[in-house]
Amino acid sequence: MADKSRNLSIAKRGLMSFETIMWVFTRLSALGMYALVIFGLIGALVMGARNNMNFADVMRWGFMPNVTHVENTALPDTAPWSSTLWKLTASALVLIAVGHGVHGLVVIADDYIATAKGRQIVRICSGVMILSMLGIGLYLIWTS
Amino acid sequence: MGLNRNVSLMTALRYKGQGPFLTYILHRIGGLGMAIFITVHLLASFVGGKGGHFINAIYENWAFQIFIFFCVLFHAINGLRITILDLFPKLIPYHRQAITLEWLVFLSIYGFAVFTIIRTGLGG
Repeated sequence: MADKSRNLSIAKRGLMSFETIMWVFTRLSALGMYALVIFGLIGALVMGARNNMNFADVMRWGFMPNVTHVENTALPDTAPWSSTLWKLTASALVLIAVGHGVHGLVVIADDYIATAKGRQIVRICSGVMILSMLGIGLYLIWTS
Repeated sequence: MGLNRNVSLMTALRYKGQGPFLTYILHRIGGLGMAIFITVHLLASFVGGKGGHFINAIYENWAFQIFIFFCVLFHAINGLRITILDLFPKLIPYHRQAITLEWLVFLSIYGFAVFTIIRTGLGG
Protein backbone atom coordinates (compact mmCIF):
# COMPACT_ATOMS: atom_id res chain seq x y z
CA MET A 1 0.00 0.00 0.00
CA ALA A 2 2.76 2.42 0.91
CA ASP A 3 4.71 1.43 -2.21
CA LYS A 4 1.68 2.06 -4.43
CA SER A 5 1.08 5.57 -3.10
CA ARG A 6 4.72 6.45 -3.74
CA ASN A 7 4.26 5.74 -7.46
CA LEU A 8 1.75 8.56 -7.81
CA SER A 9 2.86 11.82 -9.39
CA ILE A 10 3.41 14.84 -7.16
CA ALA A 11 0.32 16.51 -8.59
CA LYS A 12 -1.86 13.46 -7.84
CA ARG A 13 -0.44 13.17 -4.34
CA GLY A 14 -1.39 16.79 -3.69
CA LEU A 15 2.07 17.69 -2.41
CA MET A 16 1.68 21.32 -3.40
CA SER A 17 -1.32 22.09 -1.20
CA PHE A 18 -0.81 24.58 1.63
CA GLU A 19 -1.58 21.95 4.27
CA THR A 20 1.03 19.55 2.87
CA ILE A 21 3.66 22.26 2.60
CA MET A 22 3.04 23.22 6.23
CA TRP A 23 3.11 19.53 7.21
CA VAL A 24 6.59 19.28 5.70
CA PHE A 25 7.58 22.64 7.19
CA THR A 26 6.60 21.44 10.67
CA ARG A 27 8.89 18.39 10.38
CA LEU A 28 11.80 20.23 8.79
CA SER A 29 11.56 23.19 11.18
CA ALA A 30 11.68 20.71 14.08
CA LEU A 31 14.89 19.26 12.63
CA GLY A 32 16.25 22.79 12.22
CA MET A 33 15.51 23.57 15.87
CA TYR A 34 17.23 20.35 17.01
CA ALA A 35 20.32 21.37 15.02
CA LEU A 36 20.34 24.87 16.56
CA VAL A 37 19.84 23.49 20.09
CA ILE A 38 22.72 21.03 19.65
CA PHE A 39 24.85 23.86 18.24
CA GLY A 40 24.03 25.96 21.32
CA LEU A 41 24.83 23.10 23.70
CA ILE A 42 28.19 22.43 22.03
CA GLY A 43 28.95 26.15 22.08
CA ALA A 44 28.10 26.33 25.78
CA LEU A 45 30.49 23.48 26.56
CA VAL A 46 33.24 25.13 24.49
CA MET A 47 32.72 28.43 26.38
CA GLY A 48 33.06 26.84 29.80
CA ALA A 49 29.60 25.67 30.80
CA ARG A 50 30.97 22.45 32.31
CA ASN A 51 32.55 24.19 35.29
CA ASN A 52 30.27 27.19 35.74
CA MET A 53 26.71 26.13 35.01
CA ASN A 54 24.33 23.40 36.14
CA PHE A 55 22.38 21.10 33.85
CA ALA A 56 19.20 23.21 33.91
CA ASP A 57 21.13 26.38 33.02
CA VAL A 58 22.78 24.63 30.07
CA MET A 59 19.40 23.36 28.86
CA ARG A 60 17.90 26.85 29.16
CA TRP A 61 20.78 28.24 27.08
CA GLY A 62 20.40 25.45 24.55
CA PHE A 63 16.71 26.16 23.95
CA MET A 64 17.34 29.90 23.62
CA PRO A 65 20.99 31.05 23.45
CA ASN A 66 20.38 34.54 24.81
CA VAL A 67 22.87 36.05 27.27
CA THR A 68 20.11 36.89 29.79
CA HIS A 69 19.67 33.13 30.30
CA VAL A 70 23.19 32.76 31.74
CA GLU A 71 23.43 35.96 33.81
CA ASN A 72 22.62 34.14 37.07
CA THR A 73 25.28 31.47 36.62
CA ALA A 74 28.84 31.32 37.98
CA LEU A 75 30.35 32.35 34.64
CA PRO A 76 33.20 34.84 35.25
CA ASP A 77 32.59 36.67 31.96
CA THR A 78 29.41 36.58 29.87
CA ALA A 79 30.81 38.66 26.99
CA PRO A 80 31.45 35.63 24.72
CA TRP A 81 27.86 34.55 25.34
CA SER A 82 26.49 37.78 23.83
CA SER A 83 28.51 37.69 20.61
CA THR A 84 26.95 38.27 17.19
CA LEU A 85 27.18 34.53 16.49
CA TRP A 86 24.84 33.75 19.39
CA LYS A 87 22.50 36.62 18.56
CA LEU A 88 22.21 35.24 15.02
CA THR A 89 21.67 31.72 16.38
CA ALA A 90 18.97 32.96 18.76
CA SER A 91 17.35 34.96 15.95
CA ALA A 92 17.24 31.88 13.72
CA LEU A 93 15.72 29.89 16.57
CA VAL A 94 13.06 32.56 17.15
CA LEU A 95 12.19 32.72 13.44
CA ILE A 96 11.80 28.96 13.14
CA ALA A 97 10.12 28.48 16.53
CA VAL A 98 7.50 31.20 15.97
CA GLY A 99 6.55 29.75 12.58
CA HIS A 100 6.44 26.20 13.94
CA GLY A 101 4.60 27.20 17.11
CA VAL A 102 1.96 29.47 15.63
CA HIS A 103 1.18 26.92 12.92
CA GLY A 104 0.78 24.32 15.68
CA LEU A 105 -1.67 26.58 17.50
CA VAL A 106 -3.69 27.02 14.29
CA VAL A 107 -3.84 23.23 13.83
CA ILE A 108 -5.14 22.80 17.39
CA ALA A 109 -7.63 25.66 17.00
CA ASP A 110 -8.97 24.10 13.77
CA ASP A 111 -9.88 20.98 15.76
CA TYR A 112 -12.27 23.02 17.91
CA ILE A 113 -13.41 25.82 15.60
CA ALA A 114 -15.56 24.47 12.80
CA THR A 115 -16.96 27.56 11.06
CA ALA A 116 -15.20 29.21 8.13
CA LYS A 117 -15.54 32.63 9.80
CA GLY A 118 -14.03 31.35 13.04
CA ARG A 119 -11.08 29.80 11.22
CA GLN A 120 -10.56 33.03 9.29
CA ILE A 121 -10.37 34.94 12.59
CA VAL A 122 -7.87 32.38 13.91
CA ARG A 123 -5.67 32.92 10.84
CA ILE A 124 -5.77 36.70 11.21
CA CYS A 125 -4.88 36.36 14.91
CA SER A 126 -2.05 33.97 14.06
CA GLY A 127 -0.63 36.45 11.52
CA VAL A 128 -0.70 39.24 14.10
CA MET A 129 0.90 36.91 16.65
CA ILE A 130 3.70 35.91 14.26
CA LEU A 131 4.59 39.52 13.46
CA SER A 132 4.40 40.76 17.07
CA MET A 133 6.31 37.81 18.57
CA LEU A 134 9.01 38.07 15.89
CA GLY A 135 9.35 41.81 16.46
CA ILE A 136 9.53 41.57 20.25
CA GLY A 137 11.76 38.49 20.21
CA LEU A 138 14.31 39.94 17.80
CA TYR A 139 14.28 43.28 19.66
CA LEU A 140 15.01 41.54 22.97
CA ILE A 141 17.80 39.42 21.47
CA TRP A 142 19.60 42.29 19.78
CA THR A 143 19.29 44.74 22.69
CA SER A 144 20.27 42.36 25.49
CA MET B 1 -17.28 18.19 11.44
CA GLY B 2 -15.90 20.27 14.24
CA LEU B 3 -17.83 20.32 17.47
CA ASN B 4 -20.68 18.04 16.35
CA ARG B 5 -19.05 14.96 17.77
CA ASN B 6 -21.13 11.85 18.05
CA VAL B 7 -19.66 10.73 21.36
CA SER B 8 -20.47 11.77 24.90
CA LEU B 9 -17.89 13.27 27.24
CA MET B 10 -17.84 10.10 29.34
CA THR B 11 -17.25 7.98 26.24
CA ALA B 12 -14.42 10.27 25.23
CA LEU B 13 -12.84 10.01 28.66
CA ARG B 14 -12.98 6.21 28.47
CA TYR B 15 -11.30 6.19 25.05
CA LYS B 16 -8.65 3.50 25.09
CA GLY B 17 -6.09 5.08 22.82
CA GLN B 18 -3.36 3.89 25.16
CA GLY B 19 0.27 4.90 24.55
CA PRO B 20 -0.03 6.64 21.17
CA PHE B 21 -3.03 8.69 22.33
CA LEU B 22 -1.24 9.66 25.54
CA THR B 23 1.74 10.96 23.59
CA TYR B 24 -0.64 12.79 21.22
CA ILE B 25 -2.36 14.58 24.12
CA LEU B 26 0.87 15.29 26.01
CA HIS B 27 2.41 16.67 22.80
CA ARG B 28 -0.45 19.16 22.51
CA ILE B 29 -0.32 20.06 26.21
CA GLY B 30 3.44 20.56 25.95
CA GLY B 31 3.10 22.68 22.84
CA LEU B 32 0.35 24.84 24.35
CA GLY B 33 2.30 25.18 27.60
CA MET B 34 5.36 26.37 25.71
CA ALA B 35 3.36 28.74 23.50
CA ILE B 36 1.71 30.39 26.52
CA PHE B 37 4.98 30.49 28.47
CA ILE B 38 7.07 31.95 25.64
CA THR B 39 4.42 34.54 24.72
CA VAL B 40 4.03 35.80 28.29
CA HIS B 41 7.79 35.57 28.95
CA LEU B 42 8.56 37.68 25.87
CA LEU B 43 5.91 40.24 26.77
CA ALA B 44 7.08 40.39 30.40
CA SER B 45 10.70 40.89 29.31
CA PHE B 46 9.65 43.53 26.79
CA VAL B 47 7.40 45.50 29.17
CA GLY B 48 9.79 45.16 32.12
CA GLY B 49 9.03 47.12 35.28
CA LYS B 50 7.54 45.57 38.41
CA GLY B 51 4.98 43.55 36.49
CA GLY B 52 7.57 42.09 34.14
CA HIS B 53 9.95 41.24 36.96
CA PHE B 54 7.11 39.65 38.94
CA ILE B 55 6.15 37.36 36.04
CA ASN B 56 9.76 36.44 35.27
CA ALA B 57 10.30 35.69 38.97
CA ILE B 58 7.53 33.10 38.71
CA TYR B 59 9.31 31.56 35.72
CA GLU B 60 12.55 31.33 37.69
CA ASN B 61 10.80 29.45 40.50
CA TRP B 62 11.91 25.82 40.63
CA ALA B 63 8.34 24.48 40.70
CA PHE B 64 7.48 26.27 37.46
CA GLN B 65 10.73 25.14 35.88
CA ILE B 66 9.78 21.52 36.54
CA PHE B 67 6.54 22.12 34.62
CA ILE B 68 8.08 23.97 31.69
CA PHE B 69 10.94 21.47 31.37
CA PHE B 70 8.31 18.75 31.08
CA CYS B 71 6.58 20.68 28.28
CA VAL B 72 9.79 21.42 26.40
CA LEU B 73 11.50 18.05 26.75
CA PHE B 74 8.41 15.95 26.05
CA HIS B 75 7.43 18.06 23.03
CA ALA B 76 10.99 17.93 21.68
CA ILE B 77 11.53 14.18 22.18
CA ASN B 78 8.05 13.18 21.01
CA GLY B 79 8.41 15.53 18.05
CA LEU B 80 11.65 13.83 17.11
CA ARG B 81 9.89 10.45 17.12
CA ILE B 82 7.07 11.83 14.95
CA THR B 83 9.54 13.38 12.51
CA ILE B 84 11.62 10.20 12.21
CA LEU B 85 8.55 8.00 11.64
CA ASP B 86 7.08 10.46 9.12
CA LEU B 87 10.31 10.81 7.15
CA PHE B 88 11.00 7.07 7.25
CA PRO B 89 7.52 5.46 6.83
CA LYS B 90 8.98 1.94 6.82
CA LEU B 91 9.49 2.37 10.58
CA ILE B 92 5.80 3.05 11.28
CA PRO B 93 5.00 -0.63 12.09
CA TYR B 94 7.42 -0.23 15.01
CA HIS B 95 5.73 2.88 16.40
CA ARG B 96 4.91 1.26 19.74
CA GLN B 97 8.54 0.28 20.25
CA ALA B 98 9.49 3.83 19.25
CA ILE B 99 7.12 5.19 21.91
CA THR B 100 8.68 2.93 24.54
CA LEU B 101 12.14 4.11 23.53
CA GLU B 102 10.90 7.70 23.60
CA TRP B 103 9.65 7.32 27.19
CA LEU B 104 12.99 5.82 28.26
CA VAL B 105 14.90 8.74 26.75
CA PHE B 106 12.45 11.31 28.11
CA LEU B 107 12.38 9.92 31.65
CA SER B 108 16.17 9.73 31.78
CA ILE B 109 16.72 13.34 30.70
CA TYR B 110 13.71 14.77 32.51
CA GLY B 111 14.51 12.88 35.70
CA PHE B 112 18.02 14.28 35.72
CA ALA B 113 16.72 17.80 34.98
CA VAL B 114 14.16 17.61 37.81
CA PHE B 115 16.80 16.32 40.21
CA THR B 116 19.10 19.21 39.30
CA ILE B 117 16.34 21.82 39.53
CA ILE B 118 15.13 20.60 42.94
CA ARG B 119 18.67 20.33 44.29
CA THR B 120 19.42 23.87 43.11
CA GLY B 121 16.03 25.09 44.39
CA LEU B 122 16.77 23.67 47.82
CA GLY B 123 20.14 25.42 47.83
CA GLY B 124 22.22 22.33 47.06
